[in-house]
Amino acid sequence: MAVNTRLKHKKQTEIISERLKQISPSGIRKFFDLLASMEGIISLGVGEPDYSTPWHICEPAVQSLEKGYTMYTSNLGIPELRQELARYLKDNYNLSYDPESELLITVGVSEGMDLAMRAILNPGDEVIMPDPCYVAYEPCALLAGGTVIKVPTYQQNGFEISAAEIEARLTDRTKAILVGYPANPTGAVMPRDKLRAIAELARRHQLIVISDEIYARLIYGVEHTCFASLPEMKESTILLGGFSKAYAMTGWRIGYAASSQELIAAMTKIHQYTMMCVPTMSQVAAIAALKEGESSVLEMVTEYDQRRKLIVKGLNEIGLPCFEPKGAFYAFPSIKSTGLSSEEFAEKLLLEEKVAAVPGSAFGQCGEGYIRCCYATSPNEIKEALTRMKRFVTKHTK
Amino acid sequence: MLKEILKILENDSRTTTRQIATMTGRSEAEVTKLLSQAEQDRVILKYKTVVNWDKVKEERQVSALIEVKVTPEPEAGFDSVAERIYHFPQVRTVYLLSGTYDLLLLVVGKTEKEVAEFVSQKLAHIEGVQGTVTHFMLKRYKEDGEILEGEEEVKRQPVIL
Repeated sequence: MAVNTRLKHKKQTEIISERLKQISPSGIRKFFDLLASMEGIISLGVGEPDYSTPWHICEPAVQSLEKGYTMYTSNLGIPELRQELARYLKDNYNLSYDPESELLITVGVSEGMDLAMRAILNPGDEVIMPDPCYVAYEPCALLAGGTVIKVPTYQQNGFEISAAEIEARLTDRTKAILVGYPANPTGAVMPRDKLRAIAELARRHQLIVISDEIYARLIYGVEHTCFASLPEMKESTILLGGFSKAYAMTGWRIGYAASSQELIAAMTKIHQYTMMCVPTMSQVAAIAALKEGESSVLEMVTEYDQRRKLIVKGLNEIGLPCFEPKGAFYAFPSIKSTGLSSEEFAEKLLLEEKVAAVPGSAFGQCGEGYIRCCYATSPNEIKEALTRMKRFVTKHTK
Repeated sequence: MLKEILKILENDSRTTTRQIATMTGRSEAEVTKLLSQAEQDRVILKYKTVVNWDKVKEERQVSALIEVKVTPEPEAGFDSVAERIYHFPQVRTVYLLSGTYDLLLLVVGKTEKEVAEFVSQKLAHIEGVQGTVTHFMLKRYKEDGEILEGEEEVKRQPVIL
């Protein structure tokens, strides 16, 4: 209010920075208002686990509060956490990061992404990323002054991004390639050889690769390839990972970045001026997650896999052809048979059948004709959602 | 394989064979076969429901946990005493434990008096039973992994990006 009074002679549009004006609000923002007034909704619209954080992870954090561990930590993160993380990355991907200089604990991958973009981009530098992709990638690049170049990906290619398609879009301003597999919103996982081709391309053209691997642990029957583990890619990859999805810790807001000493130092510079450190209790919880969270990860993955099979089969049966996602917890069925746009489909589905899903168009042009259904919800809810969607599709298919 | 099916059923015993087949990526016939084998082997004993009887007005129930000290028998040890005890239908659970007493029973009745009479008139007279300590249950917080009090609060936002 005070700002408005002081600046009342100025128009609102003059107050907001030019840079921010290039960015549109998240494509599903208007759903929030619609949903707020409705009851009995089954939501496939979330992007988070339906589990609460396992108690053996919460308990040490609660205890740390009781003991008075409520102060700042080192900018990089609690040393023990970085050591555990280094061990974890070594055990899982045979990657050796120095916990003193090559790891940074961030406020989720969200902060990590922002730091990565700001650390490497000069105005006009180009970042190549797949379409569709997670909604925050493009704004992060734009806010850092970069230019976004999208590479279309399609269902018939498993929503994989190809090295050839990337190469065709390289210019002398290309600075980085952003990959995020297992992918949100499609659930696609990239096979190792195809990632390797991208790695070779990046090496040839001296590009940085930002790899968002937040869903690394949620894969079904295939193996996850950590981009940084590809030959000679450790130094030029900014690996972003986190605790939210694997350990059901979304609200704790904690993740990490792993890269070369130079890149981590650059990212830390921004982090220390804008964030100082990740909330201390979240770091304590993350230590517990790395030390003894493995069994709960495996249990959750088994259950997600069951739900994945349930929803993919169900969607195909009701006439919404669905590519088989091998990772994350999203199904991305085509809704083209209804003739509705993905936004119309999602809105009508919510109003008529009280099922919330996210229009694919929110994730880029190539997401048009699809909806994103998160299956991190109970089998009974998935069944009920499918029943309602079947009724909806029957009604709207000509 | 069987373990995965058992976990699904332990969580929701009404899951259909068809759904289990989808969830585990097996055929229905295969699941049916595994289940009947498990039933035959008494791996699956029963398909039950977790009920919060406190919410059912017409059915008042009292439960008691009863510690029982037992003189073991030369051959059968504790087993024959346990068997004499578990035949009573009001005895829902019988465990042999390490520690200061031997058997722990869960006994259910309509009133405290009914449970007390069972202890004094039946249990205490069973051969081998040296002594009993009865603890009436005042409140159940959690039963079979389910928290009984309060509505399950929805903590997730319906849409997040």
